[in-house]
Amino acid sequence: MSEPKLELDKVSITLNGKQLLTVDSSVGPGEVLTIMGPSGSGKSSLLAYIAGFLAPVFEASGGVFVNGDDLTTLPAERRRVGLLFQDPLLFPHLSIAGNLRFAIDDRSADKATLIRQGLDEVGLGGFEERDPGTLSGGQESRIALLRLLLSSPNAVLLDEPFSKLDSQLREEMRTLVFTKLRASGLPSILVTHDQADADSAGGEIITLEQ
Amino acid sequence: MLRWASHSLLILLTVPILLGTLIAILPAFGYFPTLGSTEFSLDAWRELIQIPGITRSIQISLLSGVLTPLIALALVFLYLASASGSKLDNWIRRLVSPLLSFPHAAAAFGLAFLIAPSGLLSRLISPGLSGWERPPDLLIVNDTWGLTLLFGLIVKEVPFLLLMSLAALPQLQPSKHVELARSLGYRPTIAWLKVIAPSLYPLIRLPVIAVIVFASATVDVALILGPTLPPTLSVRVLAWFNDADLNLRFLAAAGAILQLGTSLLAITIWLCLEKLSAILWRFWVATGDRGTGERLVFSLGRGAMPIVLLVVSGSLAALLVNAFAGPWRYPSALPASWTLLHWTSDFQNLLTPLLNTLLISVGSTFLALVLVIATLESERQSGKLRSTATWLLYLPLLVPQIVFLFGLIVLTESMQWQGTMSLVIFGHFLFVLPYVFLSLSEAYRQLDPRWSQVASTLGASPLKSFWRIRIPLLLAPCLTAIAIGMAISISLFLPTQLLGAGRITTITSEAVALSSGASRNLIAVWAVVQLSLPMLGFLAALTVPRLIWRNRTGMREIR
Repeated sequence: MSEPKLELDKVSITLNGKQLLTVDSSVGPGEVLTIMGPSGSGKSSLLAYIAGFLAPVFEASGGVFVNGDDLTTLPAERRRVGLLFQDPLLFPHLSIAGNLRFAIDDRSADKATLIRQGLDEVGLGGFEERDPGTLSGGQESRIALLRLLLSSPNAVLLDEPFSKLDSQLREEMRTLVFTKLRASGLPSILVTHDQADADSAGGEIITLEQ
Repeated sequence: MLRWASHSLLILLTVPILLGTLIAILPAFGYFPTLGSTEFSLDAWRELIQIPGITRSIQISLLSGVLTPLIALALVFLYLASASGSKLDNWIRRLVSPLLSFPHAAAAFGLAFLIAPSGLLSRLISPGLSGWERPPDLLIVNDTWGLTLLFGLIVKEVPFLLLMSLAALPQLQPSKHVELARSLGYRPTIAWLKVIAPSLYPLIRLPVIAVIVFASATVDVALILGPTLPPTLSVRVLAWFNDADLNLRFLAAAGAILQLGTSLLAITIWLCLEKLSAILWRFWVATGDRGTGERLVFSLGRGAMPIVLLVVSGSLAALLVNAFAGPWRYPSALPASWTLLHWTSDFQNLLTPLLNTLLISVGSTFLALVLVIATLESERQSGKLRSTATWLLYLPLLVPQIVFLFGLIVLTESMQWQGTMSLVIFGHFLFVLPYVFLSLSEAYRQLDPRWSQVASTLGASPLKSFWRIRIPLLLAPCLTAIAIGMAISISLFLPTQLLGAGRITTITSEAVALSSGASRNLIAVWAVVQLSLPMLGFLAALTVPRLIWRNRTGMREIR
């Protein structure tokens, strides 16, 4: 399980007979592949295809492999692919601990301890019973990242996760996200149209044409 | 996996209604095996056309079938043209749902107690304004031409059409278009009528046709407010059906088919009116007139809606006063003293119908909710939105109740399935289903799909993300749908009466039965109980989510 590798084998996405993109690439443990392109270039569709919920209007082909297993044959919830959206999307009806507990799959795990340690690591110790609606944007993003990590994914997808943060917070979150991903040895794909994101990710960059 | 849900929804809606309608045709032509008749004949029809006053009965049904939607729709459009975005509008929008939950029968009783010669209104103006020392000898309620019936139906249908319009309006972006027209020099109300009205009408056409069918075929409202010599066609059909002489069943069947024809004729007249108004409207737009008639439209639109509200609140007041009134001589405006006697004396009789009402409304609403959620889930999973045909949902509202219920009874009697609770619950379910679907589908379809996507990337199975994410997020709309479904079931009269074979009583069926002969005080008690039940439901639907999510600020934005 350690050192997972994410491979995209001739992945191609088509909408109404028009080919949006083809990607053939491999992302090693702790590496970030950045995909840049204008809106409408299909970069978010690529993430949806990898995560397992591409809308049926799209047609897609190609293999997505993690540790040699083809994800495209699995339902979304069994792919173990974490996804960070533009919005933190903390479930508004659950407490912070409830959000984090939702992500922990392991029944035997000591969830309370995992949650307490996780919160301490992102600098939000003692936030367990807080209402997500009362958090600041930066705090929400950190909880979203922690929630993703607690779900113990094999790969991570980032869909412009910094675009809605203000510039100072953006820099801070970039550092935090990429440090954490590198530390946990996860292969990641970042989709963005911000060159600074790509620079901060520091990996291979694929630029899509409109 | 959930594909079965949308299929069974369509089958459950279409089959009983179409089959019921078809089967009702058979006894009308003499074929009625349970009564030992297997020969086709036209006897029932010969008998029907010789019934005294049958022409008048048809005329009244037609009249209320065409005039109710015409006047109600005109009021709604004039109101929307003149009041959109105003303070009055904010008020009315909040009141429209509770108004709609006012059951037809209770509203009709309230109206009767308000405007009858010895009613609340006449007492308020007597003897000071009117000089009446005793109730005037006027036939106001149950008047020969059904004008009070028409009035009652309009007051009840205005909130319905208003709610349907308000639900459809946002997709038309009315304020943007009205602003554009205003920049071309049109007065706002004229701009609304010329620009928004023609695109709004097609969106609420099905509800309007449902109003035509209801108004031309209603039984409970006509029993309470309608003429008696002769009554409306639907009331006569029910009387023939309930007659101890089973041979009148043939006549009742022919009458039911005649009712279907009458409702269809009312719809045909309406379609002609549609064509005519389209021509007139095009002519009016072509004049390019920007302001003529603005004042009239404005005052009609702003004035009519508060009047409707006043009538409804007056009816409510009339019911409450009568339910608690001690000795009350005419023309005193209020009773000399108040009493709980009417409540205590009838408490025993209330219990069984109350329990039946709760059982039937909970049962039918629960069935409908499960089926609707399963259908919406399968729609969501297949990724094909709005795949459920909306017009089919209106089917139970587009065929007169008495017609297909008649056929269903013929069918279930031959299967020895009659007068049972399960049959009544099934009958209610047919009427509850469309409302539950219409009220829940928008919220369900508009829920951000990313909530479920996040859940599945976190490893949650579809079942887990349904119970732990989607249901809690949609708790408020689900409770509203439950409240609406139960309110519809509570207000139903004919399905209980016919499918229960008179053996299963609900608050509504008992209240309507009281209309012939019981004291006003007693009727008022039953009507107050009838209208409190849906009110309590809506109150619960409103307060429960607020209590549960009181520490969850984010839940206030999820709708």
